[in-house]
Amino acid sequence: MTQTPTLDVRALRVEFPGRHGTVTALADISLTIQPGEILGVVGESGAGKSMTGLAVQGLLEPPGHVAGGEVWLNGRRIDQLSDREMEKVRGREIGAIFQDPLTSLNPLFSVGKQLVETIRLHLPLNRAEARIRAIELLAEVGIPGPDIRVDHFPHQFSGGMRQRVVIALALAARPKLIIADEPTTALDVSIQAQITSLLRRLCKDNGTAVMLVTHDMGVIAETADRVAVMYAGRLVEIGPVADVIARPSHPYTRGLMGSIPTLGARVPRLQQIDGAMPRLDAIPQGCAFNPRCPQVMPRCRIERPHLLPSGSGHSACWLNQPAQESAA
Amino acid sequence: MTTPSPIPALTVTHLSRLFNVSAPWLNRVIERKPKAYLRAVDDISFAVPSGGCLSLVGESGCGKSTVARLVTGLYAPTAGQMQFAMGKNGKPLAAQMIFQDPYASLNPRWRVFDIIAEPLRELKLRDTEADITERVGELLTTVGLAPRDGRKFPHEFSGGQRQRISIARALATEPEFLVCDEPTSALDVSVQAQILNLMRRLQDEIGLTYLFISHDMSVVRHMSDQIAVMYLGRIVEQAATEVLFANPKHPYTQLLLETIPNVTAPKRDREVQSGEVPSPMKPPSGCTFHPRCPQADARCAAERPEMQAYSDGSRVACHRVAESIAALAVPQVDERRLSA
Repeated sequence: MTQTPTLDVRALRVEFPGRHGTVTALADISLTIQPGEILGVVGESGAGKSMTGLAVQGLLEPPGHVAGGEVWLNGRRIDQLSDREMEKVRGREIGAIFQDPLTSLNPLFSVGKQLVETIRLHLPLNRAEARIRAIELLAEVGIPGPDIRVDHFPHQFSGGMRQRVVIALALAARPKLIIADEPTTALDVSIQAQITSLLRRLCKDNGTAVMLVTHDMGVIAETADRVAVMYAGRLVEIGPVADVIARPSHPYTRGLMGSIPTLGARVPRLQQIDGAMPRLDAIPQGCAFNPRCPQVMPRCRIERPHLLPSGSGHSACWLNQPAQESAA
Repeated sequence: MTTPSPIPALTVTHLSRLFNVSAPWLNRVIERKPKAYLRAVDDISFAVPSGGCLSLVGESGCGKSTVARLVTGLYAPTAGQMQFAMGKNGKPLAAQMIFQDPYASLNPRWRVFDIIAEPLRELKLRDTEADITERVGELLTTVGLAPRDGRKFPHEFSGGQRQRISIARALATEPEFLVCDEPTSALDVSVQAQILNLMRRLQDEIGLTYLFISHDMSVVRHMSDQIAVMYLGRIVEQAATEVLFANPKHPYTQLLLETIPNVTAPKRDREVQSGEVPSPMKPPSGCTFHPRCPQADARCAAERPEMQAYSDGSRVACHRVAESIAALAVPQVDERRLSA
């Protein structure tokens, strides 16, 4: 792990100033993704997982802005770049895949035209060469008959095929990092499996790093190498996917895992986390999870825990502290 | 889980629903096109055990929501019958429905109290305003909210709380049969667990019967006693939950079970299953699954398989399954699946 990570986010903080004070949407987000690695970012709606992806791409809606921390891409700091410089980074160095494949494509142009436009924007190819490249890309993402399909319009593709086209667009300039925001949520399970294995294959073949943002723990378990769990705009746990799932260390991750109905043994009652995630303008003092936590201690209500080593990963919980002290 | 009584709460026989999707009359005349029909539900039969839960599963466009709407009378069937059993008061069971989207199914201009009181007022189930207030308070308490929440508007609640309000509204008429169309698919997993637990508790306390509709196999497994798998408007396999998961017979059921992302035992290096659901406008001939089926032969493309009952209580519409079991004479349980 001595090589430069593709993405290195250090203590990222995103704020939205408003009439009633500033809302901190993301606080203290630190994560890295190595080349060829898939990092899953999981959390409930409003936990800040999509926000993390947008902040890295410099796509925050004003008045939202990065208020602290650094974003490094392949050893180059990108959070301070101007809008014009950032435009060059997006597409060429960071590819994006969004949830809904229908709204990500322009219905008025054939997929070939959209691919050629994207390819020519980023690579020095003429129209004919770009078209050949477009057909190659369609073949690479597993679209049958790419030389015919290249002239078809988005409505002539099914949902799963459209998502493949979107992936082809994201891959057009051979980016080093792909940010996939809920890429399979709008698809049926049998199609979802096709898309996740496609992502895994492309990532392995090209050494592309992927940030996979999703709410679905099952997709994470089958696709990601490491997983970052978010709650109320903060990272609560990060570690290798098998360990986080088998031995979640943060009480929130434990609750989340317990609340997923599994295909294994049937339980009469699912474990549930009572209450709901706090609104971002009303995050409690100390650990954001403390009002819902079954193992809350007095310290949790006062002091906010940072990511502390726990097992093979890290989790932001004071329960890790005593073990660490005895080890030291 | 309650033991299902011998009389099913709802019996559906040979139910079909066609939708007219023809072009306008003038276009048909000019372009010489015939009328076009979409077979959303095609000759399906099932029975929901009283006090139990039957789930309909399938991918988008398989007709499961159309069945929900047929059962609640929101659509009229094109053919076939639906028979509700007699309820406690000697009348056929009253059915109510919970919808998928808790944001769209509550009137944003009404206070929660009025939303829940509407069925009581409309059907004159309570005489005085005081009785209505008491009943609404009771319903809110049942679903885990407080009676004072009735003064609020839907936008003041989170998705999970809104789904609790729709459940309270559905329970207002004291139904014995609830049709739940994807009740948790718009919710986060931790909230989904709260709602599923609430639904199980209500089943135990009030003895509700559920017709549960979902695309999520793990939710279905948690909730149901019986599962019916739908593909392009037809039921391809129906079995008790444990039987279906231990020994899925129809190739489509096997495909569905294989593709569910599994948190506890992830299949990271699985082979990609090819193929997609064909358009229901032009369903394939014979068995509609044959273009995607790894075991299909000429007979599957020509002849539509009929539902056949097997000794473990399952019913499957597949030539291959029928042939292999007929060859063995005695139905065998697949050992490999049982141990998995």
